[in-house]
Amino acid sequence: MNEIFRTTIIQISIWVAVAGVILALIRGLIGPTPADRVVAIDSMTTVATVIIALFAHLFKRFIYLDVALVFGLLAFITVLIIARCLERRMI
Amino acid sequence: MIILNVIRVYAGYFFLIIGSLFLFLGPLGILRFPDVYNRLQAGTKSTTLGAISALFGIGLLEPGWLGKIVILILFILLTNPVSSHAIGRSAYRSKVPLCGKSVVDKCEEEHIYKEAK
Repeated sequence: MNEIFRTTIIQISIWVAVAGVILALIRGLIGPTPADRVVAIDSMTTVATVIIALFAHLFKRFIYLDVALVFGLLAFITVLIIARCLERRMI
Repeated sequence: MIILNVIRVYAGYFFLIIGSLFLFLGPLGILRFPDVYNRLQAGTKSTTLGAISALFGIGLLEPGWLGKIVILILFILLTNPVSSHAIGRSAYRSKVPLCGKSVVDKCEEEHIYKEAK
């Protein structure tokens, strides 16, 4: 009973966060300017980091938190480099 | 002691639900706001609060993981405003227009980033 309750709560949280990712993806597809798309990518990656941490708790694997940390680091570097290229008019 | 464990677990569920709700509301603001700068506000602040709350909920549910959870929270808390500031600066310097309802532009008034114009 307790295990079923825990799994249900975490699956509800994961699906709500996935709905947020889909909304940001729509904005990234229809965004009028490139800055809109970069904002959507930034938000999507933060939500995806939390989704990986939720999967770590769902499957009881401690090592997935390292995956979340590396994913967040790569997303941060990606957003910084794209913003810098946008500022220097390379795109 | 059992009472304390029950309180910890239900507080973890509460923070998890609140965090995932904020993680849904931030991209909703990104989809509905009229401007790049408003979208940046909604996306960054709401997503940061949601991520911190959900990760703290996971840390309450699994007390052995609390060290790495705190590292993740500090990482998100440090890197999210930096990337937000970089995006806003690049959007302003590449002359993305403000929306029609904007009333003030302090960078225009005080001639910050004048060399970009």
